[in-house]
Amino acid sequence: MQPTHARGVMRRHVMTPLLGVLLSACATAPQSQAPTQQATTATASNTPAPYTSTYRARASQATLIRGATILTGTGARIDNGDVLIVDGKIAGVGTQLSAPAGAKVIDAKGRWVTPGLIDVHSHLGVYPSPDVDAHSDGNEMVDPVTAQAWAEHAVWPQDPGFQAALEGGVTTLQILPGSGNLIGGRGVTLKNVHATTYQAMKFPGAPQGLKMACGENPKGYYGEKGQAPMTRMGNVAGYRQAFADAQAYRDEWDKYRRELAEFEKKQQGPGKKDEQAKPPSPPKRDLKSETLVGAMNGEIMVHIHCYRADEMAIMIDLAREFGFQIAAFHHAVEAYKIADLLAENGICGAEWADWWGFKMEAFDGVMENLALTDMPKNGCAVVHSDSAEGIQRLNQEAAKAMTRGVRMGLDISREHAMKWLTLNAAKALGIDEVTGTLEAGKMGDVVIWNGDPFSVYALAEQVFIDGALVYDRANPPTRPASDFLLGQYDATEGSAQ
Amino acid sequence: MRTLIASLLVICASNAVAQDVLIRGATVHTASSKGTLTNTDVLIRDGKIHSVGSGLSADGAVSIDAKGRALTPGMFAGLSTIGVEEVSQEETANDAALSLGAPAYEMQWRPEFDVSTAYNSRSVVVPVTRIEGMTWTVLAPGTARGSNFLAGQGAAVTLDGRRDAVLDGSRSLFINLGGKLNSLSGGSRAAQWMLLEQAVHETRNRISDDKALMHPLGREVFGRYLAGGRVVFHVDRANDIVKTVSLAKRYGIKPVIAGGAEAWVVAEELAEAKVPVILDPLANLPSSFDQIGARLDNAALLHRAGVKITFSQFEDSHNARKVRQTAGNAVAHGMPKEAAITALTADAADIFGLGASRGRIAPGQAADLVLWSGDPLDVTSVAEQVWIAGKAIEMRSRQLELRDRYFQRLKQVTSK
Repeated sequence: MQPTHARGVMRRHVMTPLLGVLLSACATAPQSQAPTQQATTATASNTPAPYTSTYRARASQATLIRGATILTGTGARIDNGDVLIVDGKIAGVGTQLSAPAGAKVIDAKGRWVTPGLIDVHSHLGVYPSPDVDAHSDGNEMVDPVTAQAWAEHAVWPQDPGFQAALEGGVTTLQILPGSGNLIGGRGVTLKNVHATTYQAMKFPGAPQGLKMACGENPKGYYGEKGQAPMTRMGNVAGYRQAFADAQAYRDEWDKYRRELAEFEKKQQGPGKKDEQAKPPSPPKRDLKSETLVGAMNGEIMVHIHCYRADEMAIMIDLAREFGFQIAAFHHAVEAYKIADLLAENGICGAEWADWWGFKMEAFDGVMENLALTDMPKNGCAVVHSDSAEGIQRLNQEAAKAMTRGVRMGLDISREHAMKWLTLNAAKALGIDEVTGTLEAGKMGDVVIWNGDPFSVYALAEQVFIDGALVYDRANPPTRPASDFLLGQYDATEGSAQ
Repeated sequence: MRTLIASLLVICASNAVAQDVLIRGATVHTASSKGTLTNTDVLIRDGKIHSVGSGLSADGAVSIDAKGRALTPGMFAGLSTIGVEEVSQEETANDAALSLGAPAYEMQWRPEFDVSTAYNSRSVVVPVTRIEGMTWTVLAPGTARGSNFLAGQGAAVTLDGRRDAVLDGSRSLFINLGGKLNSLSGGSRAAQWMLLEQAVHETRNRISDDKALMHPLGREVFGRYLAGGRVVFHVDRANDIVKTVSLAKRYGIKPVIAGGAEAWVVAEELAEAKVPVILDPLANLPSSFDQIGARLDNAALLHRAGVKITFSQFEDSHNARKVRQTAGNAVAHGMPKEAAITALTADAADIFGLGASRGRIAPGQAADLVLWSGDPLDVTSVAEQVWIAGKAIEMRSRQLELRDRYFQRLKQVTSK
């Protein structure tokens, strides 16, 4: 099955971007800013963040995973190591850890343990299975700039793809709008737990993403209709006007806040109150510009679907013009041509291992792209899926890319390549302070694999989210998690296992 | 390794004259009843496998020490449009589907359309695919908007770069069925069966050309398939698969099921009727109402029931090389590894009528061979050397040229 965006601009698209602040962590700072407990939604107004997370960690038992090969996600490997999870958090990683009273002890001899995998680019829920017209909710292609649209408002939590991704070890994922528009809207980061509402999946404190798109998709779709953008010139003009408008909007709000402060000062100060004075009126809210202001303020991570090296360089200049940070270029099949430029600017390359050629801007794909993106100092390679199939085996994508890099002469260990699936992805999403590695204090998002996760034969055996066992291959759910699949095919029918 | 490369260079340099090649000490996955043979030699002569055994020798042969590594037959790249579709989304660079845009009553059915005639042996996709161990593919016409669910004919091609690449005896007709094709059959899959019946009727009875589905040539071609020809039906829903098998039986067609997401449900019927299935082992999601029962052990269940299977991705020609990974996933979900290797080699050849000449490592078979760095199905292995018709393929592609250009650049800028 092809990645979603590869099927053409008409139905599906590429991903959404993440926030800029977090991205800066990729290149310049060892750690990104910790998300606040409740994400502030970037608004020019003082409205509190709406659509808050209602996610609650499942009840969990203290768990000691003992005697495994551990890839910590920080670039380290521990042989015959232990991971202790207490109260939903990693309490210790090392050797010869002792189990607290009442802890469940898992003998993981011969097993491999990694952080839960993170996909920065998914359309699960917005382009769910089954792929029917009624479910096509990822691209608001009525205007090239729909920064006001939020992917989270279209996520269908009953998409069976979430459970399939969980069985592939994915514990966190960003759902992005498609790439049909220049600016598609906001993305949302989810915990991969089954829930009836998306709010109950929403990753607490994770910043939202902003999805932008370069190249063929926007210009192709709108150009064919005889409207802007019709060319790559029009694409860039479109981003620039949208951000220029947002700057003016931000100025309006800044002016209002100054006047309001002045007014309040006057009213509260000593002396006689001016009974006639009226407070200034706030500007009318513009949801489109609010999103872009959020990106410029660093509250929203910017994620840009962009294939070609030359276009990525233009987007870096765009970010400079308007003062935002790009978290990651997504797909980025030509990242290998400018890996040094990406690293210098603290931008991750979120990539497939081998998709190419489905369109002109993907014609120069190479299988060493991730390895070369990773090569410079501060290089930030991220394995992404953009696909309901690919998200189920991100570990195999990393294995292919690692293998090609090693064949080329680069020194890439399994413990290093594991960062492409965990820590680097967490950085691009701005959540690396709370998940993405096996380090004390982080969320208990952990996968036990039945073998080397860089093998095609490896399967996730047990998956923990915030310390709770949410998937156990030895005791698979007898009923599907998704309401949609309930009462259709029996999961236990004719099993080959 | 260095000696391997050196000897391969010799082979490449002298490719005008077929030279004997002796591969020594390999783990030979024969994909035949002989199974897997360790520490075994394979002698290639005149483009074919001359002998398989231990202690073989040949004067003047290029000798390659396999050092115990795996040697398999060249793998099947699946159904594809390699060499027919250079850039999928560019109209001028994609010849995969016939799309006349006329309604059925305007004689839109063109079974005489043969997509293999559009094959470009110089396509950059050809080397990209073959250096990954895939030595042949079956070109299958696509169905596009304004085309027909009877897509036309295709055939197997060897990927060694020859212009005349079609493999004799492999030509097949391709028919796509199911809900995704409803817009091409007046809104109902029931009309797909109806139109197929009409085509049979037209072919077998004298009818006026006025308002016929097919031209006289089309009827002639269609008629050949009614006389025991191979027709590949892309169909996913279990009920539709059974209906397809029964229609094929009724009209003397030799059916092959492609897609087959719910084939496991009717595995016994397929085994009984000896109908093979070409499936994507990764298709486990209910991505349409035709494949609600899709699951990861489809391959394992079909194999266990005795159905001959092979693997393919669908509509992914540029990355057809990924089929090897999909086979590995079939193994991870219960299919025996040797069976999965055989599925991608001998079984695929048998399904397309090529088993007598290729797909196995046995004397007399075409010397399409791959020497692997490790497990032939694992993602951490790569093809170290590929031979097609006994000739060592130059292990280069446009992608590797691009890689090397920018790897050099990056080495320079990052070493400063």
